[in-house]
Amino acid sequence: MFVTILDIVIGGLIMGGIYALIAVGLSLQYGVGRVLNVSHGEFIMIGAFATWSLYTLLGVSPLLSLVICGPVLFIIGFLIHRTLFQYLRDKSESIGAFADSSLLASFGLLFIIQNVALLIWKADIRGYSYLSSSVSILGAIFAANRLVALLFAVVISLVFYIFLTRTRLGKAIRAAAEDPPTAQVMGVNIHRVLAICFGLGALMAGFAGPLISMIYEIQPTMGLEYTIISIIVVVLGGLGSITGSLIGGFILGLIGSIVTYFDPGLSLIAYYVIFILLLLIRPTGIFGK
Amino acid sequence: MDRVRVISKGPFFFGLIFLVLIFLATIPLYVQPYLVILLTSIFMYIIITVSWAIFSGPTRYISLASAAFFGVGVYTSAILGKAFPLSIVVIAGGLVSFVVAIFIGLLTLRLRGMYFIIFTFSISELIRNFLLWWETNMTGTVGRWVVIVDHMTVYYVVLVIFMMALLTAYLIKRSRFGLALRSIGEYEEAATHIGINATVVKTIAFAISAFFMGAAGAIMATKWTYIDPRIAFDPLLSFMPVLMAIFGGTGQLYGPVFGAAIFAYLEEILTTKFPYYYMLLFGSILIIVILFLPHGMVGLVQKWRKGGLKRQNANT
Repeated sequence: MFVTILDIVIGGLIMGGIYALIAVGLSLQYGVGRVLNVSHGEFIMIGAFATWSLYTLLGVSPLLSLVICGPVLFIIGFLIHRTLFQYLRDKSESIGAFADSSLLASFGLLFIIQNVALLIWKADIRGYSYLSSSVSILGAIFAANRLVALLFAVVISLVFYIFLTRTRLGKAIRAAAEDPPTAQVMGVNIHRVLAICFGLGALMAGFAGPLISMIYEIQPTMGLEYTIISIIVVVLGGLGSITGSLIGGFILGLIGSIVTYFDPGLSLIAYYVIFILLLLIRPTGIFGK
Repeated sequence: MDRVRVISKGPFFFGLIFLVLIFLATIPLYVQPYLVILLTSIFMYIIITVSWAIFSGPTRYISLASAAFFGVGVYTSAILGKAFPLSIVVIAGGLVSFVVAIFIGLLTLRLRGMYFIIFTFSISELIRNFLLWWETNMTGTVGRWVVIVDHMTVYYVVLVIFMMALLTAYLIKRSRFGLALRSIGEYEEAATHIGINATVVKTIAFAISAFFMGAAGAIMATKWTYIDPRIAFDPLLSFMPVLMAIFGGTGQLYGPVFGAAIFAYLEEILTTKFPYYYMLLFGSILIIVILFLPHGMVGLVQKWRKGGLKRQNANT
């Protein structure tokens, strides 16, 4: 009985860690940059597939790929924001118009990135085996790669939290998230911060992708589901609160783990139901303003 | 001079539309079946887009629930198709979607902006995943077979639905109801202050929009013959109308029609000629349009017209 509970809890934390990472990514892009980046999942997918290729073709450890993919995707995200979204932002007549056009632009990105991935890697499901030996924790058995993924997710989250609260750039980001005009008045270079935030979102995707590829099988069409989960977690944690996304991720992961125990096919449905109830009862989420 | 212009504009337009409709109605008689099927597909997209624009255009609430309403129509058709004649099935598809929309509309009253968009999308996805789960676990078989209807009949039914949707959109636009919708879109608080019952107005518009989507779904199911939750509630059916309407340009009636027509035709060409690249081309076109045609084709046409007028008048 205890073993089952441990199974569920740690399983939930493993998933939760990944959800937390991708949700923080989206939260940065939407909360600060005001771009609902529906192609977020595609960045995750690219991270996952790049890792797969590096591992199966060159034998590069996924953990090393993580360190590579993160920064590379950060740069790509930064550049995309600086060119595409910055341009839309400057040209839009209102915040509403920018929200619409940036949403559509990210749809365009979604189509493009997914198609490119399909061209490179074809539509097959891929997987690889890395650190798959079993580890026993107090009687519950887990694959080592899952525990390593959890460890990395937690460490990255902590480092990021420290970055947000203790560094100047982190504070600038939080200021920009709360009140962009005032932040600008206080000396924050808004354009640079927005692009950095978008890039950080891609960075998180670049970290999460490799971790996901270690645990699950991957497919070029996997992106949308992760994007949706990120959105659910962001709303659960509260729009505008990055800590909220972190905690919300773990909460959703635990819920998912519990539901999966009873019926694996129902986990996504459970997420949607929670999401809909959330929107109806408390749209501001747990930590939202 | 101006008065003469105003008088002659009306009959001219109606005459033109009448001719176009006669042309469309007689097309199947002298053209290959493939073209008829292609036109049916294009009209389906136009119907969904125009219906979407009935609600989302004036109120500016971007709904991503189109897949839900379309899918409900598809499933209604699949379930009722064996027992009832086609016209009843199509109308039933529309009515069931109408009722579902009223239910959803009443639920989402307090939601605005991004929340509304995400909510409508999750409803579609919830229904899709739930049906998939239900069919997998409860009934054992995923998907259903639908009674086959010949492509000529399908074409005519689609044409009729298209005309009705367009007519409804036109009538709403010209009516006080449409004015109420537009005022909600501009400034909802002010609209409620002057006495508009935003709740009721929004829900009714939402439901009318859903009716045509459901009817379209019902008839398209017969064209596809086999349906399952993934086909019926395909998320793309939620995204496409938004893209097409914005590409065509909201604000004018013909915007969504042309946007959908061009996009649907484009999709048809791209999927047959470049099956491996069409998403790439699609996404690129989308981004280019967003960057350079923010008001869609309508904006382009209006700019061209304004430019024309400028040329006529003397520059003082």
